[in-house]
Amino acid sequence: MLPSRRRSDRTGRALTWLCGGALALNLLLILGLLVLLAYNGGGTFWPKPLTLLTLADGSKVLGEIERRESIPGEGGAPSPGSRIQLKVGNRDLSGADFLWVDESKIVSRQTPGDAIVLERMEWGNFYGFPRALRKDGTVLAEGAGSVALRLGPLMAAKRLETSSLRTLERRDMADVNRRLEQLRLERRHVERADLSDADRAARLAALASDTAAWQARYDALAADLEARRRALLAETLVVEAASGQSKEIPVGALVRAIRPNEMGLWGKSAVYASRIREFLLDDPRESNTEGGIFPAIFGTVMMVLLMSAAVLPLGVLAALYLREYAKQGPLVRAVRVAVNNLAGVPSIVFGVFGLGFFVYAVGGTIDRLFYADALPAPTFGTGGILWASLTLALLTVPVVIVATEEGLAAVPRGVREGATALGATRLETIWKVVLPAAAPGILTGMILAMARAAGEVAPLMIVGMVKLAPALPIDTHPPFVHFERKFMHLGFHIYDVGFQSPNVEATKPLVFATALLLIAVVTVVNLAAIVLRNRLRRKYTTSVV
Amino acid sequence: MEALGHTRERNEEPSADGAPEASNGAVAPDIERPVLSVENLSLWYGAARALKGISLRMAEKRITAFIGPSGCGKSTLLRCINRMNDLVDGVRIEGRILFEGQSVYDAKLDVNALRTRIGMVFQKSNPFPKSIYENVAFGCRIQGIVRKRDLDPIVEKSLRGAALWDEVKDRLHESALGLSGGQQQRLCIARAIAVEPEVILLDEPCSALDPIATARVEELMIELKDRYTLVIVTHNMQQAARVSDYTAFLYLGSLIEYGETQKLFINPAKKQTEDYITGRFG
Repeated sequence: MLPSRRRSDRTGRALTWLCGGALALNLLLILGLLVLLAYNGGGTFWPKPLTLLTLADGSKVLGEIERRESIPGEGGAPSPGSRIQLKVGNRDLSGADFLWVDESKIVSRQTPGDAIVLERMEWGNFYGFPRALRKDGTVLAEGAGSVALRLGPLMAAKRLETSSLRTLERRDMADVNRRLEQLRLERRHVERADLSDADRAARLAALASDTAAWQARYDALAADLEARRRALLAETLVVEAASGQSKEIPVGALVRAIRPNEMGLWGKSAVYASRIREFLLDDPRESNTEGGIFPAIFGTVMMVLLMSAAVLPLGVLAALYLREYAKQGPLVRAVRVAVNNLAGVPSIVFGVFGLGFFVYAVGGTIDRLFYADALPAPTFGTGGILWASLTLALLTVPVVIVATEEGLAAVPRGVREGATALGATRLETIWKVVLPAAAPGILTGMILAMARAAGEVAPLMIVGMVKLAPALPIDTHPPFVHFERKFMHLGFHIYDVGFQSPNVEATKPLVFATALLLIAVVTVVNLAAIVLRNRLRRKYTTSVV
Repeated sequence: MEALGHTRERNEEPSADGAPEASNGAVAPDIERPVLSVENLSLWYGAARALKGISLRMAEKRITAFIGPSGCGKSTLLRCINRMNDLVDGVRIEGRILFEGQSVYDAKLDVNALRTRIGMVFQKSNPFPKSIYENVAFGCRIQGIVRKRDLDPIVEKSLRGAALWDEVKDRLHESALGLSGGQQQRLCIARAIAVEPEVILLDEPCSALDPIATARVEELMIELKDRYTLVIVTHNMQQAARVSDYTAFLYLGSLIEYGETQKLFINPAKKQTEDYITGRFG
């Protein structure tokens, strides 16, 4: 018979299984990652019940049960039981957010209805029981019921006031500050300018009177702000911790006050939604461990878009030259190999290059030429979103070049000849026929480049990414887009929150949530590009005969 | 067989019955005012000589066919006329081609303008990956005709001229790549005539088409010769016999025989020609 055929059949079948198995394993790992992130990240914001534990020694603790594990026995001995981790908050009273409790020492567990979680602007959560509402020593309300009645409307009013204070700070104060800074720069300019003494004195005097006027405005605003801040914190909520300690917390410093044990599904969903909204749209607080991550989302997306705007023309033009204009020979082949190898250079090397070339050389030159008055404080001569984007553009340009070259090579010769035979010049042929036909391939390269850029962190750490950026790169002050500003980034945020924060245990869920969000952002950006590519593909290539 | 009848009728007209002369330097039949005349043209691909001193004249508003076995140089000769060989590296050309009295290889000549006057249709249909409308409008657009109200009538006229209008008028803005092979080839013809050329070169335009699509393209060619001078390369002798007025037989880079189609097929002067058209080789 044909033994060799049979053997090859068997190997073939085994190989098929092997390949399928490898693919299944990959899919399973990715799915597992997503499920893990979604479970840990998404669950963070769901309100957990508050448990009041009475321990054997008579002390009481109140908190959210985080997890439960068995205590490892010493020297191979059987486990002496299990313990639970409790998030007890009240950092200002006890010093630690978390507490491990041996289950064997628990006498009773309760979920008291009036237990309250106070999310504060500072010091993290407070868990306790509301007792009274006070203002300047007078009692406004006493007892859990009447406090609850008064607290809601009061907090709503405080929230409004907080946001109006923020506007005052961010817009009015910032405007005055900007004007003062401009005046300072003008003064330096006049001092260094080539002017007669009388002239200089006159101009300096004018500037000084201007400065004084703006300074007076600043002082008035600052005083107003100070007074309103004091008023904001006038009302205090008196809460009692499980330990019996009492604490007065200003209502104006509260973000949210909920009683999870009394909440139904609907109430919990509302809290969940409001927490997610805060996470997505607010600024971070407490050195990034609380609040939102909007600046990081914004920074990541803006950087990727800037990077795309830089890498697309650069890569496409380079590929056009390599494929369409350059005489194919050893030199072009060498360049092509070099370009491919560039994609394998460790990203931190690009970061170092970006720092040396973009930041110091280009940025420093720009500063000397156009921002000399502000020196020695650098404007462009320090890391910023523009330099970060350009650095990443260099990092990803090989991907775009390779994809574009492949796209161009796939355009049939006949199409080029057809255009030439109609009297099109070489430029017209390339620009109007070849390039549109290669567009889907080019976009594929862009998608790969964007995916890579969105996830890159290492090079950014030295060319402009920061833990906490004071302002977004886009705002309402001219010139509206501030390319020189530093920015926040989701990837770095994960590292910072997860491994650099003072309270790692508390921020662990945020790491998962941020990671999930980073994946979501990358996916959305890629999906947009893929949709665009498929539209182009449909437009240009329906079933070539 | 409208095509055949048409051909016969046409063939009776040019009664100038110049006797076909010997291969090289053969310009017969007598064509008083040729649109194109090839004069002692030789071409080398690197060291290999592909055309050997070819001379012939092509009549206005007639169809001239180049036939011959594969590799005989008929496509190369055709591509010399609108200088498509410029795109190929390592090509060297000697001799002249005169288009309305002017040498197409004149250094001062604008080659792109030349190509708008001498259009070309290729063996493999090559529509641009654009809409049907944009394919036809392409040549006009690069000449600076960009307004829709100028382009619309040109597109319609060209598509009608290529007998394609009725089939595509409702889908002008769909991709040209969705058309069938024969439709694509007629679209390429429409694209070529949209720029109002004087000459259309057709390089084996039907070799990738089925017989029905071939018949349509052949009918179209005969319609087109009222307005354009057509030069067609074909490996299909029946096709040359059906559509052309004059036929040139090339073999190994030399022009063996050139004459009125009917005459060449019925009564060839050369033994090689006879052997080829009777199917003894090739």
